[in-house]
Amino acid sequence: MSDEAVAGVRRLSNAYQNWYRFSRNPTAMIGLTIVIVCILAAILAPLITPYPEHVGAVVNFRARHLPPSAEYWFGTDNVGRDIFTRVVFGLRVSLLLAVVVLGTAIPFGTVLGLLAGYYGGWVEIVIMRVTDIALAIPPLVMALAVAAVLSPDLINSMMAIAALWWTWHTRLIYSITRQIRTQEFVEAAETLGAGRFHILFREILPNCVSALAVKTSLDCGFVILVGASLSFLGLGIQPPTPDLGTLVASGASFLPDYWWESVLPGCAILFLALGFNLLGDGLRDLFDVEDVR
Amino acid sequence: MSAALLSVRDLSVTFTTYGQTNAVLHGVCLDIPAHSQVALVGESGSGKSVTMKAIMGLLRQPPATITAGRIFYDGRDLLTMPDRERLKLRGTAMSMIFQDPMSSLNPVFTVGDQMGTILKYADRRLGRSRSRRERLARVHEVLAQVHMREPERVASSYPIMLSGGMRQRVLIAMALLSEPKLLIADEPGTALDVTTQAQILKLLKDLVTERGLALLMITHNLGVVRETCGYVYVMNKGNIVEHGPTAGLFAAPREDYTRALIAAVPRLTGGTRFGRQNEVRP
Amino acid sequence: MEFALFLIRRVLWSLLVLAGLSVVIFVIARGMPGDPARMALGPRASQEQVDDLREKLGLDRPLIEQYGLYVSGLARGDLGKSLLTERPVNDDIRSTFAATFELVLVTITIAFVLGVPLGVAAARWKDRWPDNVVRLVAIFSAVTPSFFLALLLQILAGYVLHVLPTTGRLPPTMVFSPDLTGLVLIDSLLQGRFDAFAEGLRHILLPATALAAATMGQIARITRASMIDVSSQDYIEASRAFGVPEPVRVFKYMLRPSFVPPLTILGLEFASLIGNAFVVELVFSWPGMAAYGIRTILQKDLNAVMGVVMVSGVFFVMVNLVIDVLVGFVDPRVRIRGRR
Repeated sequence: MSDEAVAGVRRLSNAYQNWYRFSRNPTAMIGLTIVIVCILAAILAPLITPYPEHVGAVVNFRARHLPPSAEYWFGTDNVGRDIFTRVVFGLRVSLLLAVVVLGTAIPFGTVLGLLAGYYGGWVEIVIMRVTDIALAIPPLVMALAVAAVLSPDLINSMMAIAALWWTWHTRLIYSITRQIRTQEFVEAAETLGAGRFHILFREILPNCVSALAVKTSLDCGFVILVGASLSFLGLGIQPPTPDLGTLVASGASFLPDYWWESVLPGCAILFLALGFNLLGDGLRDLFDVEDVR
Repeated sequence: MSAALLSVRDLSVTFTTYGQTNAVLHGVCLDIPAHSQVALVGESGSGKSVTMKAIMGLLRQPPATITAGRIFYDGRDLLTMPDRERLKLRGTAMSMIFQDPMSSLNPVFTVGDQMGTILKYADRRLGRSRSRRERLARVHEVLAQVHMREPERVASSYPIMLSGGMRQRVLIAMALLSEPKLLIADEPGTALDVTTQAQILKLLKDLVTERGLALLMITHNLGVVRETCGYVYVMNKGNIVEHGPTAGLFAAPREDYTRALIAAVPRLTGGTRFGRQNEVRP
Repeated sequence: MEFALFLIRRVLWSLLVLAGLSVVIFVIARGMPGDPARMALGPRASQEQVDDLREKLGLDRPLIEQYGLYVSGLARGDLGKSLLTERPVNDDIRSTFAATFELVLVTITIAFVLGVPLGVAAARWKDRWPDNVVRLVAIFSAVTPSFFLALLLQILAGYVLHVLPTTGRLPPTMVFSPDLTGLVLIDSLLQGRFDAFAEGLRHILLPATALAAATMGQIARITRASMIDVSSQDYIEASRAFGVPEPVRVFKYMLRPSFVPPLTILGLEFASLIGNAFVVELVFSWPGMAAYGIRTILQKDLNAVMGVVMVSGVFFVMVNLVIDVLVGFVDPRVRIRGRR
């Protein structure tokens, strides 16, 4: 067998071993299942929900405030719309939020962390001091402030959260980079005259991947929670498009009599965040990166 | 043989991890007569630490299981006596000197606090009582016995404020607190530089001979053995492969394994390594 | 001595963070497109009114000069004037901050009092049922949005069981004003008003619990991890060999070194605690900064918003300083070497 083929088999069996260990971890599998189910449900929402038209401004007063039943799994809201349908569509907003925020924050935070950890000196000082400042601002309050200046909508809120979220990734990548930049394989690459770009992205970055995976999974859960809090405060996507936090907020005015209108969408947020958290926990056990939170 | 202070008979231990059971000790026998110094030598992984832990009652069960054997202290079987009785002996009749002075002291309490706590519970187990002040006086006394110049200052220091050699002395003082008859020393000083280690070994040897204590020295360093112990057990893969008086064993090792161990000792000439004469000649 | 230097360094550092924060806040509030005076007064105000307000509050000056004025105000502890009421922002925030402060204080207390023992129990019985229960509690408290937990607690304790009040800081009929410290629980004791203390406690319990859950789960998790880490240290094995009984080993030798990581985590994640406090306050009609902050945001009163964000930042920095001191007390290595 050629060397390449051997390496290929080894990589494959490594992946298989990882999968084997992962699939033996019940919490991780539950997490993965929840995440996959939620993502599929969000993508296929128009096909799988019983009343896709209830996403819009539909009014059906005869069916208002109905408790959960076979017809309306999660009951109906104050204008008679099916809450289950609106919750499934609400998943879309939550997941989109996570994707956009982390999609912006992770590349940005990772590159800054690599630079700060590898170069040290004033690069490190400037970058890490800025992360310290960003750490002092509550993302939720920041989003509120930005909403005050611009306008209260989802895009602005997402940008406000992303503008603070990268610090966590910077700190994580920074601490890993600092540990490995003096290790021999990095020094060997330096001695061989490898370019900075090669060292940062081909030598150091691969060593951060497992920690990043864990962090990303856990973060998805937390971003979804912050996003839900924002829409609960009225800074989410504008009605009538459903969004989980908004559903809880609007249902809350009918507590406790029509409890399902806020409790069930709230459970959906919890369920989604739970999935990402369990998945992150499972990955943490798998990769053995104890200190990633 | 029944005269031995500590006597290990046919000790067998297995470890079970991830559903797999591995035997790590296969019927180990060794004797430590009162007032004598005995060494247990072997490479890392030979089973000497497991033997030591079994004697001290520090084996975590599970994963370890003592499948056979007896350990007699002063004629009483440690393995069958009630836990309460055994606890009475631990740290009082038999005591241990830990290997790594950097990690064997709690970083967030003062030396005096840690020693005082040990003394307090040793007293309680033995049905004695001492006031806080009396305990502190005893702590100072023992610290002075290990040649600490300012025992009061050492007692009020946190470990981080002391040098490695001083911390190792503190570990020895801890073992001496309640006047044990048997000391088990786990490679003391290996974490220190050679000069300091030599001082520590000299101190240990002096203390043991002055007080007539029995010593079980656990080490991989035959140079240390030659200096401190009159009798040697050589251990390999969970078995005692050879034993005998130190001088004889060094002069005419019977086993290849022992010869290899002896050959591995660096040849040193000159007289200061262990604070005395000598030329280590394998 | 080293510790004093360490603290001085931390204080200077905190000032730098605050300076950086002031820039960030200023850029958001003034650097973005749009005229703050016009925003605050709304589209129907006349241009004269807008110009008048701009002149009065110095909004017509160059940005650099405005920033200078803003910072020199901050240095004196002056957050400026509201664009709407022209009242000093300080006055408005002062009256609301005490309520938020009290809520956060009780929250942290609950989080530690519950979280640390849970973490200890989980570590002591690792991989047995207490550990699994704690893991479950930790995960659920981490993934339950605080506003949702707040609603659930409100339904459960307020409507179903009728045991605890669900809104406000004190019953509306009670005449009591916390004048000394602004904290109901402390002032009531100082004035010997035990009825107010009891009511204050009853009112704060639900919001503080809702807010504490996430932090408590986090603390339990970190405490568990660091207890397990410490339990495998040589010095714990040594104390076992010397016959120190298990309760002393666990609660003295293991717990104290394990205390630093949860403290550090609390400091790092304190910002998100403040964020959640905003939501929880709203649910429980708690008269804190959140209600004020959200009102001023809706009114587009940028000066007040800047004040709220700045005070959150100052709160964060202060809590972290207190944590630095506490860490120094817990861990002599910090005290002696002057670093973590």
